[in-house]
Parts: sequence; structure tokens; C-alpha cells
Amino acid sequence: MAEFLDILGALLLLAGTIFLLLGGLGLVRMPDIYNRIQAGTKATTLGTLLSLIGVAFLHPEWSLKLLLIGVFLLFTNPLSSQVLARAAHRTGAHKSSSMIVDHLEDDLGEKP
Amino acid sequence: MAEVLVTLAAIVTCMAFLMVLWRFIKGPSPVDRIIAFDGLTIVSITGILFAALAAERGIYLDVALVYALLSFLGVIVVARFLERGF
Repeated sequence: MAEFLDILGALLLLAGTIFLLLGGLGLVRMPDIYNRIQAGTKATTLGTLLSLIGVAFLHPEWSLKLLLIGVFLLFTNPLSSQVLARAAHRTGAHKSSSMIVDHLEDDLGEKP
Repeated sequence: MAEVLVTLAAIVTCMAFLMVLWRFIKGPSPVDRIIAFDGLTIVSITGILFAALAAERGIYLDVALVYALLSFLGVIVVARFLERGF
């Protein structure tokens, strides 16, 4: 039984790191800054959470600390993603030929 | 069996780290670099998990927690700096 749990935890750990690799691949390959935010924060969040669950299977006595790290990551990663997107829009670094419609800029321009 | 899979996962994490590092070095704009920095810290948390697994010491997870807190603050501060100027 313990052997089975070890292998299950190692498989979850491997799946999480594969998601991290896919996030890194998205950061390298994506053409636009918003696409990079998408790949760089969402995929890595899922990868880290799967890795934490895998380590919890391997060492059940660490579960409380791992849960704390996971909850903290779930709170902070969407927040940093939103702040990064806002900084990209305000500095004007997002302008590229692939971006045609910008409703946020239209809304900001119409304000008195 | 499980040890082989964990070693494979550590190698995959190193590859992910190198890919994000490439974007950190190359990134055309500063915002690209902060995105890559955020990704680097998240991958590093998984790296600290592997260090804890290799050393069999649960106290290393506290290091991961504090590292996540400080890197989150760093990302927020640098993003605000880019928005406002200082």
C-alpha cells in the first residue's frame, strides 16, 4: 500500500513538473505580452499545486505546511497576474500588430 | 520506481527553469522580464520541494513559504514602480 502511494505521489509530481515545462514553453513561444502572462501564471499555478499534492502523498507528515503553501499560492498568483496585466497596459508595452481591439483604452478615453 | 520518477521530475523542472530564464534574459520589455521573474520564483518553489525531498527534512518547506511571500511582494513592488515611475 505504501509502495502504491509512493508511486502515485511521484506520478503527480511528474505531472506537475510537466505543467511547469509547458508554462515555460508558453513563455518562450507566445507572441504577445498578454499571452505570456496567461501561460506564465496559470500553467505554473496548476503545476505547483500538483507538485505540492504529489509531495503530500510521498510524505504525509508534511501535509499541513504543503497545504499552507498551496493556499498562499492560490491567493497570490491571480493577484500578481492582474497587477502585471495592468502594468503592461499602463506602460504601453502591450502594443503590437496582433492586438487590434482595445476596449479598455476606448473606455478610458471616453471618461470626462 | 518512485525514486526514478522523482529524479525525472527534477530534470523536467530544471528544463522549465532554463526556458523561463531564456525569456528573462531576452524579454523585449521590462514587463516581460517581471512575468519571467514571477515564473522563475514559482519554479524555484518546486525546486525547494525537491531539496526537501532529497534531504528528507520538512523544515525546508518553511523556506519555500517565506520565499513565496517575498517574491510576491517583489513582483507587486516592481509592477507598481513601472506604472507610476517611482
